[in-house]
Amino acid sequence: MNPGYELPLDEAAYSFGFLDEYAKREVRRTILKAICIPGYQTPYASREMPMGRGFGTGGLQVTLSLVGPGDTVKVIDQGADDSVNAVNLRKFIELTCPKVDTTEHTRDASLIQSRHRVPEMPLTEAQVLVLQVPYPDPLVVVEPSEARRKVMHGEGDYSRLLTKLYEDIVQFDEITISHRYPTRINGHYVIDPSPIPRYDVPRLHHCPALILLGAGREKKIYAVPPYTRAEPLVFDDVPFRTEDFRDAQGQRRACARCGTRDSFLDELIDDDGNKLWQCSDSDYCNSQLASGQDSTREVAQ
Amino acid sequence: MKRILEVRGLSKIHGHGCPRCIDSTGPEVDSNICPHCGAVVAAHDISFDLHEGEILGIMGESGSGKSTLVKTLFFDETPTVGEVLFFDGERQWDLFALNAAEQRWLRNHRFGMVYQNPHLGLNFKVSAGGNIAERLLMSDLSHYGEIRERARQLLARTEVLPERMDESPKQFSGGMQQRVQIAKALATQPPLLFLDEVTTGLDLSVQARILDLILEIQQELGTAMIVVTHDLGVIRLLTGRTIVMKYGRVIESGLTDQILEDPQHAYTQRLVASAL
Repeated sequence: MNPGYELPLDEAAYSFGFLDEYAKREVRRTILKAICIPGYQTPYASREMPMGRGFGTGGLQVTLSLVGPGDTVKVIDQGADDSVNAVNLRKFIELTCPKVDTTEHTRDASLIQSRHRVPEMPLTEAQVLVLQVPYPDPLVVVEPSEARRKVMHGEGDYSRLLTKLYEDIVQFDEITISHRYPTRINGHYVIDPSPIPRYDVPRLHHCPALILLGAGREKKIYAVPPYTRAEPLVFDDVPFRTEDFRDAQGQRRACARCGTRDSFLDELIDDDGNKLWQCSDSDYCNSQLASGQDSTREVAQ
Repeated sequence: MKRILEVRGLSKIHGHGCPRCIDSTGPEVDSNICPHCGAVVAAHDISFDLHEGEILGIMGESGSGKSTLVKTLFFDETPTVGEVLFFDGERQWDLFALNAAEQRWLRNHRFGMVYQNPHLGLNFKVSAGGNIAERLLMSDLSHYGEIRERARQLLARTEVLPERMDESPKQFSGGMQQRVQIAKALATQPPLLFLDEVTTGLDLSVQARILDLILEIQQELGTAMIVVTHDLGVIRLLTGRTIVMKYGRVIESGLTDQILEDPQHAYTQRLVASAL
């Protein structure tokens, strides 16, 4: 972003949060409807944003409609606060929402916009998680016609999705969906929970925080309200598995930076070509590192 | 005998239709296109009963409305007017008074359909076993091991090699595709099965084996069937009672033997005579 550029706030051409009040009102109304019908893909008039579709415009519109003075916003991209997408969206929010604080700490945030991860730190009732969604409809892989998909959703007919899982097990002995795992909300609608890894799917289940999913290009908003059932589609005798990060000896890998063994890890390759594993959630990694240093300091004293 | 299906005054008109449609179409005028409004009277005022374990044949030339009739009963098409009652144990269903979800439930749980073209009945993007799994999943079975076992049994029953259950039906011969379709239709052990020209286009020895299979299934499971065909051999072999249709109307109905030995309507007479 051009550092010298400022949006002409004084000329009142842009209202608080970039979107005009009518647009925000419409998004809020859509959010209410989405919360009332857990998992239902509520259509809305996705506005043009000053960034390309696919860069998180759906999530951003939800965030900008909800944010107000006194809020603290955190933006993450694949768990990290410092990647290009996260930094740019955060800067945009800082630019268009005066008096709104931004943070990198999950604990301090009241509104968290995320791309493809649920933060490691458990969310609270006071928080709202906004996920950016590229493809909202899980049925798109089995049914190309949207009209027919709507009927299938309405009737709760997900047998063809399960057939796909059956085929996976037949061919590969396990379900090969690594992210966007179809998840049933409150016993009816199956959602595509944005490209979060399987590891994060159980965190949606009975989550104390409100989770909103916004798809800008596909013009849909859907929600997992607080304390709502979110169950991945599975067969009765094939349990749902998450990434376990075990090495060849069956040991749980630790983060190369902070040493924790209970987080989602990214695989990296260093300059010498060695494989490294590191926390994907940078805030969690930093906090683990800080508390580790605290405890070593205590030991030294 | 217990009735399983009661069809009363079923009609299907494609197009807007006009008051003169019915009088100006039919076998008497040799057309099912209304000369006044251009609507197509695909079927008009069809009534019949079907009993448990019975096989009813519907015979007629192309465009006589026999497939339309079966597709309507299987909810592939909606009728213009008419009433159909389906008796299922203690329950009685008025087919066209049900909502879409109830229709889908009946279709998945209590009916089976075998189409002439396997592309309509099978999903070629998934394996043969997957096709049967899909139908079992539709009827709310969600135990992987059980689904697999049932699919294997069904394919063995319809003489498809169980070793080939994980192959795509694309790689199967036409006869085998029909067998997979039959296995899929039978997956939920439906009391009512629709067979739409199942042997058309197959060579004679394959036809014979599929017809044998259908008869065996009917004897074993007591499934009631409606068989649509223009092949008199199939009618003679499978069915007890037959309906003859032309231009959307029933022109003759009765016991199959009677119709084949002593046809009353001129069209049926010609049909039976030409089959020799």
